[in-house]
Amino acid sequence: MDNEMKYLLKVENLKKYFKIRRGLLMNASKGFIKAVDGITFGIRKGKTFGLVGESGCGKSTAARTILRLINPSGGKVIYNGSDIFSLSRKQMFAVRREMQIIFQDPYASLSPRMTAGDIISEPLDIHRVGDKTYRRARVKELLSLVELNPEHINRYPHQFSSGQRQRIGIARALALNPKLIICDEPVSALDVSVQAQILNLMTGLQKELNLSFLFIAHDLSAVRHVSSQIGVMYLGRMVEIADSEDLYKKPMHPYTMGLMSAVPIPDPRIEKKRNRIILSGDIPSPIDPPSGCSFHPRCPLAQDICKDERPELTNHSDNGKSHMAACFFAGKPLS
Amino acid sequence: MYERVYKLQNAISGEPGNKYSRSSLYKDAWRRLTRNRLAIIGLSIIAALIFISLFSPFLATHDPTLRVKEDSLKPPGSQYWFGTDILGRDIYSRVIYGSRISMLVGIVAVGISLLIGLGMGAVAGYFGGFSDALIMRIADIFFAFPYILGAIAIMAVLGPGIVNIFVAIGILGWAHFARLFRSSILSIKNKEYIEAARALGASNFRIIIKHIFPNSFAPIIVFGTMNVGTAIIVEAALSFLGLGVQPPAPAWGQMLSESMRYINTAPWMMFFPGMAIVFTVLGFVLFGDGLRDAFDPRMK
Amino acid sequence: MNEKLLEVRDLKTHFFTPDGVVKAVDGVSFILNKKEVLGIVGETGSGKSVTALSILNLIPQPFGRIVGGRIMFDGVDIAGLGQKQIQKYRGNRISMVFQDPAASLNPVYTVGNQIMESIMIHQKIDKRSARKKAMRLLDMVGIPEPQRRLNSYPHQFSGGMRQRVMIAMALANSPSILIADEPTTALDVTIQAQILELMVDVMNKTGSSIILITHDLGVVAKYADKVMVMYGGKPVEFSDIDKIFYEPLHPYTNGLMGSIARLDSKKKDRLTTIDGSPPSLIDLPPGCIFYPRCKYRMEGCARSYPRFKEVKPGHHVACHRHAEFLKEEADG
Repeated sequence: MDNEMKYLLKVENLKKYFKIRRGLLMNASKGFIKAVDGITFGIRKGKTFGLVGESGCGKSTAARTILRLINPSGGKVIYNGSDIFSLSRKQMFAVRREMQIIFQDPYASLSPRMTAGDIISEPLDIHRVGDKTYRRARVKELLSLVELNPEHINRYPHQFSSGQRQRIGIARALALNPKLIICDEPVSALDVSVQAQILNLMTGLQKELNLSFLFIAHDLSAVRHVSSQIGVMYLGRMVEIADSEDLYKKPMHPYTMGLMSAVPIPDPRIEKKRNRIILSGDIPSPIDPPSGCSFHPRCPLAQDICKDERPELTNHSDNGKSHMAACFFAGKPLS
Repeated sequence: MYERVYKLQNAISGEPGNKYSRSSLYKDAWRRLTRNRLAIIGLSIIAALIFISLFSPFLATHDPTLRVKEDSLKPPGSQYWFGTDILGRDIYSRVIYGSRISMLVGIVAVGISLLIGLGMGAVAGYFGGFSDALIMRIADIFFAFPYILGAIAIMAVLGPGIVNIFVAIGILGWAHFARLFRSSILSIKNKEYIEAARALGASNFRIIIKHIFPNSFAPIIVFGTMNVGTAIIVEAALSFLGLGVQPPAPAWGQMLSESMRYINTAPWMMFFPGMAIVFTVLGFVLFGDGLRDAFDPRMK
Repeated sequence: MNEKLLEVRDLKTHFFTPDGVVKAVDGVSFILNKKEVLGIVGETGSGKSVTALSILNLIPQPFGRIVGGRIMFDGVDIAGLGQKQIQKYRGNRISMVFQDPAASLNPVYTVGNQIMESIMIHQKIDKRSARKKAMRLLDMVGIPEPQRRLNSYPHQFSGGMRQRVMIAMALANSPSILIADEPTTALDVTIQAQILELMVDVMNKTGSSIILITHDLGVVAKYADKVMVMYGGKPVEFSDIDKIFYEPLHPYTNGLMGSIARLDSKKKDRLTTIDGSPPSLIDLPPGCIFYPRCKYRMEGCARSYPRFKEVKPGHHVACHRHAEFLKEEADG
């Protein structure tokens, strides 16, 4: 019970399959892309859950399904004790106030024809919060919260730099005092010096407003910096979930090891000494994933069993915490 | 491979310094437009036409329908600037009044096309699926029809008259607008700001009105402007064939048709209304072209 | 060992746009030695890509032009060459690999055709030997079943494989210099590692030099011997890799190092940041471009742009206060 309380949102066996349609009338079904294939995790109150993976692993699809922007093929997302997929339109509308999203592309995420003020006040308009004067005051308050000049309220997005635009996106997400913000690669489109600004802003806001984040990224360094728990996805499935420090100190799944090894550390002396393991091969297409453990064609540890059976997530922790990995040879060093 | 290397934009993009950036797409477009000489010529022609059609009674020197038998087929001169026709009517005044019909048809007919087209395009583009397939197939049928032939057919059914011209041209033109609007919706429907609005709980109606319309309007304005020129030509053709505005109302197309028999003896009868049509259409096309470049300078 | 291969001196490439002159590259100087990997680092709009494009005069037309400086390669100033003459160098003595392999390959020709073409432009050999050579190249860049893959079209390859093909094409005429402009930015992390390893490996074998343009300081740390840091179209610092990372003299370099979230560092609360955003390159003010964001700025910095000069052996920097930073460093 106590454990349950700590979670703001739980994702249980979430699935999203896309039908591949072909043919003249687009009605001949040719199978499925299993973009998200049964993932389970929880986001703790006031904490950040980092979701990591390469393109096609399903992390963005998972984010959009959790927000019910696309309909799931199966599973549950439990928020406030109820499954949001079973909510009525009206109930869902109310829940939307508490869950928001920040996008990757600071250009595509703001309508070029609206002023910063209009963009940030849109959530207030939609949910009919306060009157005009209140909304304007609130927008100015939000602008200062994200460290923008409130006097720039009437400017258009193209008059801001990409970092400032990302701040506008954050202000919009904060307008309704949400509890959870899904951050879909919020810094990967930004310049290095601006990335740090945004990451700092986000961690600062998290503390100040007691927000929970689902932080999606392909950049392990940024994820490590902000997350307390991390899940690694590969081809629609979760391959490892652990506390952030445990994951980085002692990765269990060979994919996680390879992923971490692939990221060069910006420190020439350390980097030149580091023994890197380069994963070979391409990421397979999710249309036709490999049998058994879908990582086996690229895995240096793969045995016959990996081709035939799919490993389930099991706990491999040695310190009493939870450190789940889906591998028959979890924890075995790669070389 | 080396030649098409990099988009200029990537290579030289810097962050916009606030001091130097401008306030909105429309102001920006206007600035580019005013630098485009051809567009300004087009705009001047359109402005002149609007002025002429609004103030026709003051600009005309004669009653456009008044017949003066003894002044039949007078060449251009001090009394009749553009000469007279077989019935002794002042061609100058008829051309002036004719602008009213052309402008009215151009604007109202395109307005009708626009309304139908935007509605259909919005449904097709935003909701997709069956409604999309159905609407676009109907649009295909309209595309398959030659424009003028279609107009003639409709006019033959409805009978001549200015209101029927509105209807004929308006109905025939919607498919272009629908297709254009649909494709610009498709290109922005999956933009993240639309997703952001959906995540906020915005209704479909709000998303279309607040986000999709303002972001897809530029190509519609461009196409609409050019289409006014087309509509004017179709109207002239219909009037030329006797299916349009009925005499004695002075329509340019109809004046051309009357001039045919006197092409050798009284060429001015053909010249002035002909030039009026040419300049009008040119005005709209130049302006539309300029608008396109102004809205999207990369398309050049 | 330190045999000079390419020397760029005071290169200026400007874009004359309707909105004003964009000084995309303004006074860049560096030296590339044989068998060396030079990293050019910078953010969006820093001019790192345009620098690379200027070397082979591939500057986007119609606005761009080299307006000053020299590019000395093999005793010839290739900055002064016309399009016809420079073509002899492109893809031959100096090759390029671009960020987006999908856009750099022609979708209507087979991969084999395109590699053979790049061989036959510069070498007088018949089709059969060109084909053999193309196959060897594909094999060298790690494409399985090269014989069969010669007949494949670009869309039949994955992003990583396409970039391998691009590298094969770039290597076709055994160039002395390979310029790689963000070669892995569009690729996934694990594929990035494969491609970079391959590139450096192959170039080591052939004894060529690499100019590696990137925004990723980790990549630079791993592969580069020397680094040039660019900001706002100008070079701010140029030196050996270790000096840039451990003894940076320019406040921008210093700030950049502090602002990276590192894989091997613990979760900390705040990263050190550089305030503000990179500048617009139109109508720059006279002083130091970094002035508005600089922690160490003084009054004089806004008045004139500091000269980019060698302040100690092999260490170039453009900062008015470099002498103080040098002294501080000497004092520990």
